[in-house]
Amino acid sequence: MKKIVILVLAAVLMLGLVACTQPANTNDPDAELNKKSEGVMTYAEYMAAAVDAEVVIEAYVQGNQSWWDNKITLYLQDLDGGYFAYEVACSETDAAKLTKGTKVKISGVKGDWKGEIEVMNGTIEILEGTWVAEATDVTAYLGTDELIKHQNKFVTIKDLTIAAITYKNGEPGDDIYVDFTKDGKTYSFCVERYLTGPETDVYKAFATLQVGDVVDIEGFLYWYDAANTHITAVVKK
Amino acid sequence: MRIFKRLITMLLAITLLSLTFVACHAKRKMEPFVMPEEFDTSREYEISFWAKNDTNMTQVGIYQKAIKDFEAIYPNVKVKLELYTNYADIYKDVINNVMTGTTPNVCITYPDHIATYMMGDNVVVPLDELLVDQKYGLGGDRIEFDSPALSEMVPEFMEECKIGETYYAIPYMRSTEACYINKTFVEKLGYTVPDVLTWDFIFEVSAAAMEKNEDGTFKVNGQDVLIPFIYKSTDNMMIQMLKQKGIDYSTQNGDILMFNDDTKNVLYTIAESASIKAFNTFARISYPANYLNAGQCIFAIDSTAGATWMGSNAPLLDISEDQLVQFETAVRIAPQYDVESPQMISQGPSICVFNKEDDQEVLASWIFAQFMLTNSVQISYAQTEGYVPVTLKAQNSAEYQDYLSREGENNDFYYDIKLKATKLLLDNTENTFVTPVFNGSMSLRNAAGELVEKVNLYARQGKKVDDAYFDSLFESVIINNKLDQRLGMSSKRDLGALPTTSVVLIAVVGAAWLVIGSCYVVGLIKEKKKK
Repeated sequence: MKKIVILVLAAVLMLGLVACTQPANTNDPDAELNKKSEGVMTYAEYMAAAVDAEVVIEAYVQGNQSWWDNKITLYLQDLDGGYFAYEVACSETDAAKLTKGTKVKISGVKGDWKGEIEVMNGTIEILEGTWVAEATDVTAYLGTDELIKHQNKFVTIKDLTIAAITYKNGEPGDDIYVDFTKDGKTYSFCVERYLTGPETDVYKAFATLQVGDVVDIEGFLYWYDAANTHITAVVKK
Repeated sequence: MRIFKRLITMLLAITLLSLTFVACHAKRKMEPFVMPEEFDTSREYEISFWAKNDTNMTQVGIYQKAIKDFEAIYPNVKVKLELYTNYADIYKDVINNVMTGTTPNVCITYPDHIATYMMGDNVVVPLDELLVDQKYGLGGDRIEFDSPALSEMVPEFMEECKIGETYYAIPYMRSTEACYINKTFVEKLGYTVPDVLTWDFIFEVSAAAMEKNEDGTFKVNGQDVLIPFIYKSTDNMMIQMLKQKGIDYSTQNGDILMFNDDTKNVLYTIAESASIKAFNTFARISYPANYLNAGQCIFAIDSTAGATWMGSNAPLLDISEDQLVQFETAVRIAPQYDVESPQMISQGPSICVFNKEDDQEVLASWIFAQFMLTNSVQISYAQTEGYVPVTLKAQNSAEYQDYLSREGENNDFYYDIKLKATKLLLDNTENTFVTPVFNGSMSLRNAAGELVEKVNLYARQGKKVDDAYFDSLFESVIINNKLDQRLGMSSKRDLGALPTTSVVLIAVVGAAWLVIGSCYVVGLIKEKKKK
């Protein structure tokens, strides 16, 4: 009997040792989500790359502008940061597969368009895996150097007061430019019609909102010289 | 046997139904437009007009006023305006609507685009007959407004609207490219801006401007950023370089000739400038005007229709006041290889009329299109930018001549850079050219721009540009733009699996024939047995 007990204990000990030698993060879901294939840059490596350098990223699609002429423009994110991939070569069939959360690998060239860091001339590969980002609250970072660190991420900004609503062509159909004020500063954001066209709730919502209304917004923290969030949702307070 | 009959009936029904669905998705053929004897003014018409503005509300206002004025003359015609801020979007939407037979009635467009719209039967109305119709043609005696006669159109601009030997559009506005120069910086570098720029001059000054101070800033502007030479439309850049050098681009019939050794030599010069980062393009870094106005660019090449954004005193600005730098701006025609024989691209919107089942509706559309050529529309729209009216009637009018004579009176309506840019085209109309238009000419134009963009990027990355690179570049650009079939090359691309709907349809048809065949054989056997 004693022998059996010793054997069992030894076996348990062995199992414990084996368990201890496993990588600590095997069951870490974050590590799994951010796992990159060979040759793929981390977010930090991507941001450190020079403009015009070739880059390869893996991230999760959080939004897209309308597909056209075998090209699609994507808003992407991983756990470390946001990406914007401009006019990635993509068939219509593949474009249909790019639902929110889809993991993709994009190879292209790093570009800087008026402060917007993006992947240009990209090609896409659809991978296994999905993840949908929660909106990061960047309200506290407005007007600070911290804000740009969240460029291209899916964000929320709260308690903004509408200062102006202007349709690109003077009437609904194209982009809507919206100026907001908060703490004495003005921020110019946009309802980008290729992302959220006239048929979407957010586009329709701005037809009913007025200067002076206080709202919370969600969107992608696009950049055009300064923060120029592409708004995807708005809630009047 | 009864069960077989039922099965056959059912399968035949499925097959026929499938074929019906397929037929439903096929395009209906439009009958050609037939000129009515008279315009029926007793009827009401609603016509759609898709137009482009340069994010310029004055232009929007001019379209709206033109429609209001037209409707006052023709109260039975209502015009519905749809505005776009770029031609690509109009093109995209028209293509989608050609497929469904829901094109607009009248559309601002480019002849290259029209060539693609014409993939459908009788989609775009040929204008030869309409232009010269005594009653409703240009200056026709039944036209209720002061329409220009055909002889009052600028002939060069009219010619651009021909596809083959037929007119498919009328010109609306014309522009060309101009080089907007920071003259202050050129002189600071020890050069003088010549009357006609050469490519060599621009590349040389741009290289000289790359000299830096010890702290890493550029000597000429004292800033961290300087891109001496920026080109907005690289397709135009390539096309003009080829034309000026006498290098083949394409034939009138659509034979593609651009991919040759002479083209490589031109691209080498671009690569040289890009490799020292003295050159860049709109596609990579955005608008040349922003860099020019911030003192970060010396030679900005953009349309004359972008003149109101150029210079320290520009009425339109896309940068903040604190970024704006004061300098003297010079304006010249696009750079040349041979200054004695300048050649420059002619560009700018044209107007086409789409065919409809109702010929009266088409005639109403044509009359409206013609209204866009009246002096009031032509002059007011041309004045919004460095555009040139397309009619001699407008160009020679006292109103327009007075406008031209007041260059620099203020920095708004009479902004000197805008008027200088306008005069570049007025003085060089006979030196303009356009590329041949055919179905696929837009792809070739895109390919021309892609060559410059890719060489620029490759050289900027510090990679070696050589003949082997150009061979692979040509191949990829040809395939990207689907020019391989036109060039007679065999496409190596895998077309992929058949769509599911096609597979299902083929399977259904196959199965039906199989069952019919089986029944026939079974019938024969049974008949033999009976005998």
